Amino acid sequence: MSEMRQLVGLLKQIDDQLVACMRCGMCQAVCPIYAETGLEGHVARGKIALLECLADEVIRDPAGVKERLDACLLCGSCQANCPSGVKALDIFLKARAFLTGYYGLPPVKRAIFRGLLQNPKLFDTVLGVASKFQGLFTKPVNDMLGSSCARVFSDLIGGRHFAPLADKPLHDVATQRDTPRGHSGLKIAFFYGCVVDKMFPRIGEAVLKVCDHHGVGVFMPHAQACCGIPALSSGDRETFEKLVALNMKVFAEADFDVLVTPCATCTSTIKKIWPLMAEDLPATTRFQVKELSAKVKDISAFLIQDVGVTPADVAVSGEPVTVTYHDPCHLKKSLGISAEPRALIGCNPRYKLQEMDGADSCCGSGGSFTLQHYDLSKRIGKRKRDNIVATGATVAATSCPACMLQIGDMLSQAGDTLAIRHPVEIYAETLAGR
Amino acid sequence: MSNHLSQKFEEIVGTGNVLASEVDRHNYAYDAAVLPPQLPALAVRPETPEALGRVVKTCNELGLPLTVRGSGTNLSGGTIPSEGGVVVLTGALNKIIEINEADMYAVVQTGVVTAKFAAEVAKRGLFYPPDPGSQAVSTMGGNVAENAGGLRGLKYGVTKDYVMGMSFYDVDGELVKTGSRTVKCVTGMNLHGLMVGSEGTLGVFNEIILKLVPPPKASKAMMAIFDDLGKASETVAAIIAAKIVPATLEYMDDFTIKTVEDFAHAGLPTDAKALLLIEVDGHPAQVEDEAAEVEAICKRIGATRIQVAKDAVERNKVWEARRAALSALARVRPTTVLEDATVPRSKIPAMVGALEKIAEKYKLTIGTFGHAGDGNLHPTILTDKRDHAEFARVEAAIDEIFDVALSLGGTLSGEHGIGMAKSKYMVKEVGQGSIMYAKRLKAAMDPKNILNPGKITGA
Ligand SMILES: Cc1cc2nc3c(=O)[nH]c(=O)nc-3n(C[C@H](O)[C@H](O)[C@H](O)COP(=O)(O)OP(=O)(O)OC[C@H]3O[C@@H](n4cnc5c(N)ncnc54)[C@H](O)[C@@H]3O)c2cc1C
Ligand code: SF4
Ligand code: SF4
Repeated sequence: MSEMRQLVGLLKQIDDQLVACMRCGMCQAVCPIYAETGLEGHVARGKIALLECLADEVIRDPAGVKERLDACLLCGSCQANCPSGVKALDIFLKARAFLTGYYGLPPVKRAIFRGLLQNPKLFDTVLGVASKFQGLFTKPVNDMLGSSCARVFSDLIGGRHFAPLADKPLHDVATQRDTPRGHSGLKIAFFYGCVVDKMFPRIGEAVLKVCDHHGVGVFMPHAQACCGIPALSSGDRETFEKLVALNMKVFAEADFDVLVTPCATCTSTIKKIWPLMAEDLPATTRFQVKELSAKVKDISAFLIQDVGVTPADVAVSGEPVTVTYHDPCHLKKSLGISAEPRALIGCNPRYKLQEMDGADSCCGSGGSFTLQHYDLSKRIGKRKRDNIVATGATVAATSCPACMLQIGDMLSQAGDTLAIRHPVEIYAETLAGR
Repeated sequence: MSNHLSQKFEEIVGTGNVLASEVDRHNYAYDAAVLPPQLPALAVRPETPEALGRVVKTCNELGLPLTVRGSGTNLSGGTIPSEGGVVVLTGALNKIIEINEADMYAVVQTGVVTAKFAAEVAKRGLFYPPDPGSQAVSTMGGNVAENAGGLRGLKYGVTKDYVMGMSFYDVDGELVKTGSRTVKCVTGMNLHGLMVGSEGTLGVFNEIILKLVPPPKASKAMMAIFDDLGKASETVAAIIAAKIVPATLEYMDDFTIKTVEDFAHAGLPTDAKALLLIEVDGHPAQVEDEAAEVEAICKRIGATRIQVAKDAVERNKVWEARRAALSALARVRPTTVLEDATVPRSKIPAMVGALEKIAEKYKLTIGTFGHAGDGNLHPTILTDKRDHAEFARVEAAIDEIFDVALSLGGTLSGEHGIGMAKSKYMVKEVGQGSIMYAKRLKAAMDPKNILNPGKITGA
């Protein structure tokens, strides 16, 4: 009972945020989960109402509320469209942390987050071993998977068409580096993110190639840690904070102009969630976190806005390719970036962009959601797949490796043969030394 | 008890469609009105018309209060259920059954979302004009039951002007058909007329037949800014006197203008007293003429600035300010009370003057915007429901707003409905005789009073 008191007390802390919801119901128009189930408990209004009930102690059993909260992609569509400016994502993340505090973290998640994520070296080693024995692992537990990024583990689960772990992760193929500013006068810190490192090292290589070509200096330490969203979305604030601290140690003092990532989820987490969660930290740390967070940028935005990349005037050989682009929620809805990735694709004259219907509707990949609610996630993903295929494109591009996994899963289950690429890969093709 | 009840409804709608857990019940206890929630026993989600009819019949047999819920966006408590009652969700009844281009009508199920319907109609080169601000989520059943209006009300009318007929279930679960697919129809009583605006108290809609019209070929929007409210309202009168009926004629007061500018940075002058957003539509030549005439009128009466949209991009910009009005206001304070007292359009200056006095008297922040063309204003009270002293003043202010609206020959609600929020004011506007008549009508049609009790007449 005293724990319940504590939970109520914590929820009261976010009362000002909860009360901003005027129950207008406009979020029903954009929530991908609601579109599938039609349940009030699945839309932001319903979730916020339940949290208020919990805070007011009219609901006594938090389990039902937790279940509704977990049925959420954390895609931010509701927040982006809310007339009242309700910070739905902040609310959901904080509430998940409170409820996890109340119930405790499931043991397997605890093992992963506290044991592996907080210890990047060990994490790399375990996965390094796993990649060699992929076929042998069948079906450990579903609920060990925290977020989109934690899908790194998911190829261990049978029956799903997940991209395999790369034979060699990025941190093996590309050595740690700290190169000076070249003719661009710019230098980046390269935060590659777990999924690029472990599953799509080719994207990381494309980033490095493009930077070399444009004379952009690169600081790429291997000691970087996960951005923390898998832990936070499971309510494990402790691990999240440790991960932020690990990253602060590596990046805070380093010399660079922009913190670049090729992962929409990492970009949005560092930009939006880090400062938000840092509110409770001591002033100096909070200041440092905010400073770093202000420097983060998606790779396409960096190349278009800062480097000023323009269409290659070299003739690129090969057949013309039709490509369609999916807007990751974490890039468009969270950060308002949708023109730059398209512009970057447009810099490769071989590619012709064909827009799909609902390019900015969620692909259905939402971390633990994908695994706990696989059927629902699949239904949302199927719609995305149909829209992609209807364009007649042979390449599907998107700026978030987590979306790439989900879309890849959906396309491959339907027997489609489209290739999935990141805009930076498409641009890198135009550069010499393929 | 409730387990037994769940089973009964599961037999009709299937297991997954009875929602009776603690969280579900709390989720169907409220709507968009600022009113305390009330807990139903359960919610059911019929997937077929037959199941809908059986649900109604069962509720009647058991004497259970029944509240139909579309998207729960009404602002008057129309979907706040009775304690222990049944909420009937229409979300799964969402098929557009027919869009007939030759005869210009459509048939929809009650749960179809307004904007989706309007878009399907537009794809076929036709037009469904009623456009409530909630159209992205509101349902056609909810629109009919509230007689929803929108920005185009002045020229195109409101939902009631488009309902040609419908079928609905009476309390015995019998399907009642009224109206037809033809423009003319005098077969039987005009029951669908009775159903429009009935807020779920007289019958449960199944399918609705709606009139469609050809879309205007052209339109032109402009924004006029005034340093004096009197001039803005004189402009409205002059436009109507010139026999021009704009498709939209929207108004914003000084507080709203400032708030919108702070929020959206649309380039509005923050010292302006009033803003009109005017759009004319129709045949291209007529649109050109009328737009020029409206512009001339605005100039003559003394608009300080007129901005005529030259293309779609500019039109969008002009509209941005209006679209941002509610969003901007809603962010100022935690609680937003959106009223819709309506007066004859010539009384707008008097009404706005009274609103200013009320805001001052009760020490409240009120931003007013709305449909100047039809006198439907939205005085929006920005408050915090947790501050009990302030909220008591809000309630007193609302009482006074209604008194003023009625004294000016206006009405309690232009489009948001009476529901629970305004039923106590009804007698002031229509008198005891009208309420008794409505109560007797309801008692005859719904002897056990199961259909959305407590709404409209308060009974
Ligand atoms: C941001 C915002 C803007 C708005 N703008 C406008 C506006 O411009 N104009 C306007 O008129 N309104 C407006 N509204 C109010 C509201 O959206 C409308 O009243 C709308 O028609 C309600 O539709 P709904 O599907 O949400 O119905 P609900 O709120 O679910 O229900 C409304 C009423 O209809 C009844 N009902 C629903 N379906 C049936 C059925 N099948 N049979 C019998 N009764 C039924 C319900 O019992 C209830 O009494 C706005 C609301 C919001 C939150
Ligand atoms: S759109 Fe925003 S204010 Fe409206 S119900 Fe949803 S979260 Fe609440
Ligand atoms: S974050 Fe996305 S999935 Fe979650 S409630 Fe909001 S719109 Fe729905």
